[in-house]
Amino acid sequence: MTHEKPHLDNVADKEITFYKAQEIPLPKELEDFIAEWKNKPGNLIMILHKVQEIYGYIPRKVAMKISKLLNEPLAKIYGVITFYHLFKLNKPGRYKISVCMGTACYLKGGNDLLMELENLLGIGVGGTTEDGLFSLQTVRCVGCCGLAPVIMINNDVYGNLTKEKLPEILGKYKQEGEE
Amino acid sequence: MDNRKIIFIGCQKAGNLYDLINKKLVDENLRQKVHLRKFYTFGLYTYKNIIKVWPDNIIITNITEDEIDTFIEEVIKNGKITKLKDKIYKKETHPLIKNTKVEFYHKQFRVVLRNSGVINPEDINEYIKRNGYKALAKILKEYTPDQVIEELKKSGLRGRGGGGFPTWMKWNCTKNVESDIKYVICNADEGDPGAYMDRSILEGDPHSVLEGMIIAGYTIGAKQGFIYVRAEYPLAIERLEKAIKQAREYGLLGENILGTDFSFDIELRLGAGAFVCGEETALIASIEGKRGMPRPRPPYPSIKGLWDKPTLINNVETFANVPVILYKGGDWYSQIGYENSKGTKVFALTGKIKNSGLVEVPMGLTLREIIFDVGGGLTGNRKFKAVQTGGPSGGVIPEEYLDTPIAYETLQNLGSIMGSGGMIVMDNEDCMIDVAKFYLQFAVDESCGKCSPCRIGGTQMLSILNKISIGHGEMEDIDKLISIGKAMQKASLCGLGQTAPNPVLSTLKYFRDEYEEHIKDKRCRAGKCRELVKYAIDPTKCIGCTLCAIRCPVNAISGERKKPHVIDQSICIKCGECYNVCKFGAVIKE
Repeated sequence: MTHEKPHLDNVADKEITFYKAQEIPLPKELEDFIAEWKNKPGNLIMILHKVQEIYGYIPRKVAMKISKLLNEPLAKIYGVITFYHLFKLNKPGRYKISVCMGTACYLKGGNDLLMELENLLGIGVGGTTEDGLFSLQTVRCVGCCGLAPVIMINNDVYGNLTKEKLPEILGKYKQEGEE
Repeated sequence: MDNRKIIFIGCQKAGNLYDLINKKLVDENLRQKVHLRKFYTFGLYTYKNIIKVWPDNIIITNITEDEIDTFIEEVIKNGKITKLKDKIYKKETHPLIKNTKVEFYHKQFRVVLRNSGVINPEDINEYIKRNGYKALAKILKEYTPDQVIEELKKSGLRGRGGGGFPTWMKWNCTKNVESDIKYVICNADEGDPGAYMDRSILEGDPHSVLEGMIIAGYTIGAKQGFIYVRAEYPLAIERLEKAIKQAREYGLLGENILGTDFSFDIELRLGAGAFVCGEETALIASIEGKRGMPRPRPPYPSIKGLWDKPTLINNVETFANVPVILYKGGDWYSQIGYENSKGTKVFALTGKIKNSGLVEVPMGLTLREIIFDVGGGLTGNRKFKAVQTGGPSGGVIPEEYLDTPIAYETLQNLGSIMGSGGMIVMDNEDCMIDVAKFYLQFAVDESCGKCSPCRIGGTQMLSILNKISIGHGEMEDIDKLISIGKAMQKASLCGLGQTAPNPVLSTLKYFRDEYEEHIKDKRCRAGKCRELVKYAIDPTKCIGCTLCAIRCPVNAISGERKKPHVIDQSICIKCGECYNVCKFGAVIKE
């Protein structure tokens, strides 16, 4: 990731009450986006996309602030976030591993890859490793069925995979992450 | 167009190859002599690093970085290909032979994909040069909305999203409702596993969709359109944004389009990974910023849709058909196709097939022609078992029905559906119970949970299937599956729940013996259901190389070197490692 993420961690979750939510600073990019969309009907999903683009997930604090700004109950925002697969409530790892579970990949052994990754990383689907390097998720279809089975690590596509190739690939990222 | 060659560079990581070639051309002062284009889908998914040269019409596949110099030397400088000859797609193709003669393209007929791979999707001028926006100009000048609908009626176009509802009827309905505000929505929330037709259209020819939507806006009297596109398709989103911007600059979107008093604009709305949002009422809820849950119909969206206003919803492929129909006439379009299914359909051909990729064929072609002629048959020349159409809403079709012409009704009669166009080929190594489980699991995961037939029925069917696949099934489970499935079909609120049992019911219809085998004999003939498989070593084939014994994670294999080995069934965990590593085919699945 190239841009630096706005730092929210100095405000602990517990300390946030709705009264304080207003004081949470938002990055300018997000503020401008909200200002642009505020009066358009049906803006919530678009704003949540922007939040996720900036933070990588939807932090509770930001959701609270948005609830204030849009005058929508937090419960409704939570409902929308949890309905859609794409929105995340937890911070993802630096390298997001997406295992394709489309039909072609499934038939060609996508599930074996997933199980091997779970073993290698010691996390389940939706989890993040303790060092914050890797998170694991499944995706429906990345649209390159001819290369099945496929995994994606951030935006890099690895096709025609076998589970033997996985340790080497993970090692590469691990090295990169530690540098 | 000028005489310069156009080089299309397509591969999974086009950036790299593109940059290298670009740099090389700049270095050699040749950059001005050619057009360079990034391209993402040629429909030839089994090859990597594909380069297509236009107008020579040569496709070179699997080009490596070291060969770039040779490529430039031969293709751009000399125009004579010698060293790279082996890499030309289908060796028999001569550079002068047109696309239609290449085996993969032979039976195809491209209407929707007419521009994909030919034009630069990021340049509106190229779309216009290939008769783009001419239909719109003609309509705004000469046609009344009723005439547009008449033309669509003649064409026989039906919804390409799966339902197959006649397009003219939907348009007519929405047009006839009195309202000051109406909306046009393009459904680009393509979520079927194994299907990527819409993605290809949006990435390869976004203007055709915009033009179709503008025509729809004029016809029904709407001023605002939305494209609901999956957030998982970043390139499609980028291309659409560019296309909308360019169309606005050219006066094709916005106030007073082409100097008339008709105004129309289009906005993008992103989906967020919910399959159910492909259902029209759920999609509307999602655009409104809510949880994407369907609601009962009627009232249909054409009466009460987005923000309770009359709304026309069509799929990407349907909209992409509209400009061609109106440019060439409904009569022309209705000549293509079969009985009540006119025109062409794009299919995403995947699975155990040689040429996997996107194909566009006229309706009425048989499944056999698509799979064996266009698709080139099965990989490894294995035996065909079934083809799955329509994704999680469709069903499987066995070999005896391969000569069925493809049309909405014919597929429905077989217990499957046309759907959005996924087509997955399966061979003898695919277990039908496993396939049914896969699709049902998908539907269960994606069920929104609003209505109980879908929420509870799906889960129950899935648990029965799981039971069968681990060898605990009973014969009465089959009847249970059928009765729950039929209840779901009748009582579910939306298309997702109504069609979710289809994969199970159709596999039961054609492969009932396989279910019975799982239940009675505790045997999975495809060797997919792990609990039912038994691995054994064929003593006549085993040469005693010890590889399997070394690789076995639980040391279940024993035997002396150079003598046949044995698997101890009480230790074996059925991981299949021995089966995969044996080079002599001595390990067999029973």
